[in-house]
Amino acid sequence: MSSNNVVLEMRGITKTFPGVKALQDVTLQVTKGEVRAICGENGAGKSTLMKVLSGVYPHGSYDGTILFEGEPCEFRTIRDSEERGIVIIHQELALSPYLSIAENIFLGNEQATRGVIDWTKTNAEAAKLLARVGLEESPDTKILDLGVGKQQLVEIAKALSKRVKLLILDEPTAALNDDDSEHLLDLLRSLQGQGITSIIISHKLNEIAAIADSTTIIRDGQTIETLDMRGAERVSEERIIRGMVGRSLDNRFPERTPHIGEEVLRIEDWTVHHPIDTERVVVDHANLHVRRGEVVGIAGLMGAGRTELAMSVFGRSYGTKISGRLVKNGQPIAPGNVREAIRHGIAYVSEDRKKYGLNLIDDIKRNITASALGKVARWGVMDASGETRVAGKFRTDMNIKAPTVDVVTGTLSGGNQQKVVLSKWIFTDPDVLILDEPTRGIDVGAKYEIYTIINALAESGKAVIVISSELPELLGICDRIYALSQGRITGEVSREDFTQEGLMHYMTMEREVSR
Amino acid sequence: MTTTKPSVAKAGGLRRSLGGNVRQYGIIGALLVIVLLFQVLTDGKLLLPNNVASLVQQNAYVMILAIGMVMVIVAGHIDLSVGSLVAFIGGVSALAMKDAGLPWLLAVLLGIVLGAVVGAWQGFWVAYVGIPAFIVTLAGMLIFRGFAILLVGVTVSSFPGAFVEISNGSLPNFLGFVANRDVVTLAIGGIAIAAIVLSQLRARRTLLRHELHVEPFGAFVAKIVVISVLIGALAWILAGSAGGTPIVLVIVGVLIVAYSFLMGRTVFGRHIYAIGGNLHAAILSGVDTRRVNFWIFVNMGALAGVAAIVTTSRAGAAVAAAGQNFELDAIAACFIGGTAVTGGVGRVSGAIVGALIMGVLNIGLSIMSVDPAWQQAIKGLVLLLAVAFDLLSKRRGR
Repeated sequence: MSSNNVVLEMRGITKTFPGVKALQDVTLQVTKGEVRAICGENGAGKSTLMKVLSGVYPHGSYDGTILFEGEPCEFRTIRDSEERGIVIIHQELALSPYLSIAENIFLGNEQATRGVIDWTKTNAEAAKLLARVGLEESPDTKILDLGVGKQQLVEIAKALSKRVKLLILDEPTAALNDDDSEHLLDLLRSLQGQGITSIIISHKLNEIAAIADSTTIIRDGQTIETLDMRGAERVSEERIIRGMVGRSLDNRFPERTPHIGEEVLRIEDWTVHHPIDTERVVVDHANLHVRRGEVVGIAGLMGAGRTELAMSVFGRSYGTKISGRLVKNGQPIAPGNVREAIRHGIAYVSEDRKKYGLNLIDDIKRNITASALGKVARWGVMDASGETRVAGKFRTDMNIKAPTVDVVTGTLSGGNQQKVVLSKWIFTDPDVLILDEPTRGIDVGAKYEIYTIINALAESGKAVIVISSELPELLGICDRIYALSQGRITGEVSREDFTQEGLMHYMTMEREVSR
Repeated sequence: MTTTKPSVAKAGGLRRSLGGNVRQYGIIGALLVIVLLFQVLTDGKLLLPNNVASLVQQNAYVMILAIGMVMVIVAGHIDLSVGSLVAFIGGVSALAMKDAGLPWLLAVLLGIVLGAVVGAWQGFWVAYVGIPAFIVTLAGMLIFRGFAILLVGVTVSSFPGAFVEISNGSLPNFLGFVANRDVVTLAIGGIAIAAIVLSQLRARRTLLRHELHVEPFGAFVAKIVVISVLIGALAWILAGSAGGTPIVLVIVGVLIVAYSFLMGRTVFGRHIYAIGGNLHAAILSGVDTRRVNFWIFVNMGALAGVAAIVTTSRAGAAVAAAGQNFELDAIAACFIGGTAVTGGVGRVSGAIVGALIMGVLNIGLSIMSVDPAWQQAIKGLVLLLAVAFDLLSKRRGR
């Protein structure tokens, strides 16, 4: 790295929140035209650092200096940083759903003459930008008609309209399927060719290996190291993880000896249609079963129908025109709503714990008991101390990091929130637990704890179904994996035959008839 | 990073346990300040026994409606129809007594049941058809005002004495007087204080037994002393009024206790908070959200029935224009009392204090013979300031 090529230099950045030192003397140098990855566990300070850089936290609220293209920066607002060509794209996209692509691209930067918007110019400019990001959509398409992947591209087009020099992407592919991710990474490479520098925050290590020129690791608010990804020696995922957690995680998955018993739940010939587009088949004649003490995985690409399958089984929470049979412990069952599903001993932990799992403004104990209030109530009257006792036991057993069970769940970290949701469903005393993306958005250390909980559940004789987008995770914890593609079970693989390639083959079968 | 998390969580927990109480104390403090302010502005007339008694009697309807409304709002809905319902149900009950010759007690019962039926009608559209409550109850506001006008062409009045007594009468002074104060009222005050002290002590003991966080003993005692003094003072003042304890105060008191219990200690109440806090999560937790929503509106209707009886009794007459803007009084009371506009947060006690603030403003400004137009403007300003204060204090807390 020759110093005259340094486009961005952050020196001695320290940022404190009341009671917490979020960043401590962080130093970061980025070379012009490179793709820099920033890695770290949740809460390590990555997003805080980017917010300092982009002016979300104004100059003066932190210590240290920022040099961009050799000049010191004192951004007070995001607008200041954007004027200098630094644009940040947050994980939660900031697009207005009812406005068109063109309107969104030029939102706050309207193509107007004397206050009147020039629509011809707006749409023409937007079309040019869409071509640059490779999005084949009309500029007047509304945002809500686009998938997340395309919305991401609109965000990048918007950044380009601001003549971006340094593009910051916070977890850009977290919500994307593999195709969209691939396209996005290609786009970053082509932008690199146009001289645009990128900083990408990501949890997906394989992606980082594919795209990044160098990787900076942040841990506990400090920069630990910067790895050259294009050097002679390949940087392995394990190497990055070691830097992130400060310890070697040779064993990312806890050991387990399965004790598999009789069949608990069998799903036969299960077909589900889309709730609005009722002609569309979302789950197509699926057959699967799970046994006592077994951890069964469901692998599939985004849109394969994994969540839809799980939720339709869970008291028909999704879909219309559902047909097929459910057999529980040899008896046919037909839970028509969530209460019946719970009564039949089925639990479903949603993939989006903030939206579907927790009441974020309420405390830990009330969240834990929410699905089985009857167990801590008599004649409809709550047993307050009994509830506190139950929640306290879960706090200890599940290692939920909070001083009391009266802490509001919205203030907990992702991993601890997930433990609360798991506690809630374990408290319903289910026979079958369906865990949908149980480790999404939580850090490596907490993931290990979740795996340990899953193992303990299986050990106690529960049947566990795990849905995950991360193949290594499924390979690491499951006894058997079903592959799902376009609503069909396309393969079933047992532990001894597990390979990523084999599963990926099943997961991509018959994709040519995609919608 | 794991080392920082507990401290963050702790800060949040502390803030919550403190913050909740500060909010609760803050609103009671605001009520006291307003009472003292008007006590000075009215040259001590505000707290004259007869004024306090009529404060209770004139604002009973707001408190009754606010109890139902706080449940509606916590669940994430709104009810705009209760004012019209008061007029409609008041009219039906009045005609039942006058034209159909129904005994007054049956007419009261009829009013409450009719309220529940109308509530079921609105609850059906909200819960089972999925029409936003704003629309359903806006329609209800028009429909039942229309019915009231059709029904009560001319003012219906001269009811049985017992019916008029509900809102104008007092408990009999069968225990005589001590120092010119009604002993029945003093006894009720004493019992209320004893009940509160005992229940607070029990709650604290339970917390301690489970080694949970409790407030410092000094603060605990101070709180109980303040509450006891306030209730004692209220009882002492009322005992000196012309009648003693207004009957309607007993009705309101019973409703407050019952609904505080319902919201705080029962599965049904918990479900209401769950629905308001995160509807999707509640559905996926197996809460029968439609049933809960339905019953919330049935309950609101029944309470509107009670409010209709109280209002008609107070006026001694049923008119088509009764209950004008009652829904807004009730909604304002909830928001002044700390109920969240977005749902999920709110307490019966808060709404009652909110209603009392509105009531003190009403009667205080009336004693000062302030133009009713100005009274309305001042109440609007108080509502805005209360919610702004709430929002700003939350923002600072964050």
